[in-house]
Amino acid sequence: MSEFIKPELVCPAGTPASLRTAVDAGADSVYCGFKGPTNARNFPGLNFTKAELSESVKYAHDKDAMVLAAINSFPTAGRTDIWKKSVDDAVELGIDAVIIADIGMAKYVAETHPDQRLHLSVQAGASSPEAINFYVERFNVKRVVLPRILTVPEIKRVHDAIDCEIEAFVFGNIGMMAEGRCSLTNYVTGISTNMDGVCSPASHVDYEPDEEDGLTTRLGDFAIDCISCGETAGYPTICKGRYDTAHKKNYYAFEEPISLNLTRLLPDLMRAGVTALKIEGRQRSRAYIRSVVSAFRDAVDAYAAGDEPDITELIALTEGHKETQGAFKSKSWR
Amino acid sequence: MTAQLTLGPVQYNWAPEDWRDFYFRIADETPIHTVFLGEVICSKRAPLYDNQLPDVVERLHDAGKEVVFSTLSEVTTDIDRRLVKRVAISEGFPIEANDVSALQQMGQDPHYIGPLMNCYNEEALAVYAENGAKSICLNPEMPKVGIAELAEAAKPYDVALEVQVYGRMSLALSARCYHARAHNRTKDSCLFVCDQDPDGMRLDTLEGDEFLTVNGIQTQSHSILNLVECLDELQEIGINRLRISPQSIGTFTAISAFDDVLRDKISPSEALKKMRDDRVDAPFSNGFFYQRPGYEWHDKMPAE
Amino acid sequence: MPLFAMQPILRRIVRHVAQLHPELFERLGDSCSKQFLIDAKGMPFLLLLRPDPENLMLVAKSRHAEIPYDVLVSGKFVTLLRMIDSKTDSDALFFNRDIAVTGDTEAIVALRNALDDMDATLADDVATAFGPLRGPVRASIDAANKIVGSKT
Repeated sequence: MSEFIKPELVCPAGTPASLRTAVDAGADSVYCGFKGPTNARNFPGLNFTKAELSESVKYAHDKDAMVLAAINSFPTAGRTDIWKKSVDDAVELGIDAVIIADIGMAKYVAETHPDQRLHLSVQAGASSPEAINFYVERFNVKRVVLPRILTVPEIKRVHDAIDCEIEAFVFGNIGMMAEGRCSLTNYVTGISTNMDGVCSPASHVDYEPDEEDGLTTRLGDFAIDCISCGETAGYPTICKGRYDTAHKKNYYAFEEPISLNLTRLLPDLMRAGVTALKIEGRQRSRAYIRSVVSAFRDAVDAYAAGDEPDITELIALTEGHKETQGAFKSKSWR
Repeated sequence: MTAQLTLGPVQYNWAPEDWRDFYFRIADETPIHTVFLGEVICSKRAPLYDNQLPDVVERLHDAGKEVVFSTLSEVTTDIDRRLVKRVAISEGFPIEANDVSALQQMGQDPHYIGPLMNCYNEEALAVYAENGAKSICLNPEMPKVGIAELAEAAKPYDVALEVQVYGRMSLALSARCYHARAHNRTKDSCLFVCDQDPDGMRLDTLEGDEFLTVNGIQTQSHSILNLVECLDELQEIGINRLRISPQSIGTFTAISAFDDVLRDKISPSEALKKMRDDRVDAPFSNGFFYQRPGYEWHDKMPAE
Repeated sequence: MPLFAMQPILRRIVRHVAQLHPELFERLGDSCSKQFLIDAKGMPFLLLLRPDPENLMLVAKSRHAEIPYDVLVSGKFVTLLRMIDSKTDSDALFFNRDIAVTGDTEAIVALRNALDDMDATLADDVATAFGPLRGPVRASIDAANKIVGSKT
């Protein structure tokens, strides 16, 4: 007998093929974005045209899965039309929810498409009940994607104090900085994470091998990490680099390049009132999506049935093979 | 309208006496119009200034300064939430919100929107203006072209725009304390190690390049934003509130240099020289304004 | 096999793939005009690819020649095969440094994402380009995969 409602499994898709893969692997819903700057994973070769999204929505709906459109970057003044068009297109295609970060775009959705289900992106950085309630009361937000900084008991307290659903990240790449409030990439590259939808743009990334089979990873003009022979090399993002300070040398000043894996905390999260469990990774390969989604499908189903699932496969999939429960387990992470 | 200089909140952990003396000097010696006061980075630090606060407020008021209380930027724990609430309901003081939760706490009284909130476009500006904001300080990553569009969009509303023109730029916030991490501690057991670095802790790349500045949960630029050569352009597009963000070194020189330029007493290049000569501990930058990497410095183009 | 004898086969492979998957090039965007130099360790030659539908090129190059490129991708032959076979997680190959990339990172990220969107795996397409030989070719790819798979 289960003590909680079985949560929705929300899975990433960077391409139409990944979306079909995620649906086939058991996703309850899939989130994705349009090509261009309107979403927070604006990488080359990734994302959907309107025609591709249209086909993808049909595919998902035929198999009883939902599609959520991430329109979760921040339009710069003078180019909001691109974002508004994305919202209009997504609504026209019968999207199940739009995921918005910008307060102005939330207003646009609420006023222009009042019947459209609206989710608040993690990029909005709403980390307290008061912040969440502001969005719920003003814009009729139905679900908030929580920042990855709260412990499970804190999530429970948020749940009890707000009037909308909670979606929580459970697996994948975990950025260290408060979402939607980081301009580190722009400081180095001139391309803004918030306004252009890309953290660490590939166009500015460089891997520079040395003679001892080591590797220096760079973003723009700055060295982000120097990796010695035999170490694994993550994609260089500023918050996962190694640096020197007066007190400590050659260390991960912000966070080690590890992945979030909350498989063990799933029952606790479900008891805390989390409606939807989110897997990160729109930039990841289809093979990865297939493995992660299938494994989570099995894990969620097993927990819901009161069983203990086998999670060894999920741990093997973690970036660099190192995993963390991040902030969720204990305050000592902070 | 003539331009006004404003002073953003001290973002570092200064000794309470140093903090008080800094504001006394601001009151006594500077033409600053509006002073934003309060702990915006770490709720643990806030009580350190409680004893000094009444004297500082009185001195600033006596000097004719407008005093605004700024709220915490990253609000997670119950302590954070209580601090925001306490500030947001301060009777008789205008509030600068640095997080959406402050807007929810204070209702629709006239207030300010701080640079740690996101206001990137006309629609966002409309939300804030209709909610009672009387001034919005933009994020330093906003380029000139975006600032100009927003200034245009602000016209139908009774809302002013403010732009940071001097000081280290806030680039990121986190739930985690990187000062504590550098000292092998956690946020809860930090013993306030951030008090060792009155201008933040420098972070260098492994190749020895000076890169960023750690201030508790905040990551700032190493370079110091300096838009003294852009003041004409800012005023032309309608920006008349210009924010200086305090450092322990160079702030008073910067205030007088900016004021002298605004009063046409000295040229921007003379002002720049004056500020550079005052032992500043980092290079100046203005890249964001020109839609370039933020750490870059671009000499002003000769007038056409 | 001498290099000149390789060229028609390579031309055939790349045309075949281009014909089957026009959407691949759309996804590549501006990166399609980039030159990808592929260094399969242990092979006697290098491959130079320009995935531009207007100006398609896949040629074998001598290891002794000075070859201009935008991005250099190197790794063991079987590892590179796995990268174009969407049954395997190519990200993991990068993280574990089984594949090394230097030069235009944007181009390789675009190529990887474009390849990953293909429903058929490119390894199959390469095999079908060999016509009657496709069975043996696919079998050798699968065999290579098994060897690598068992090691990781």
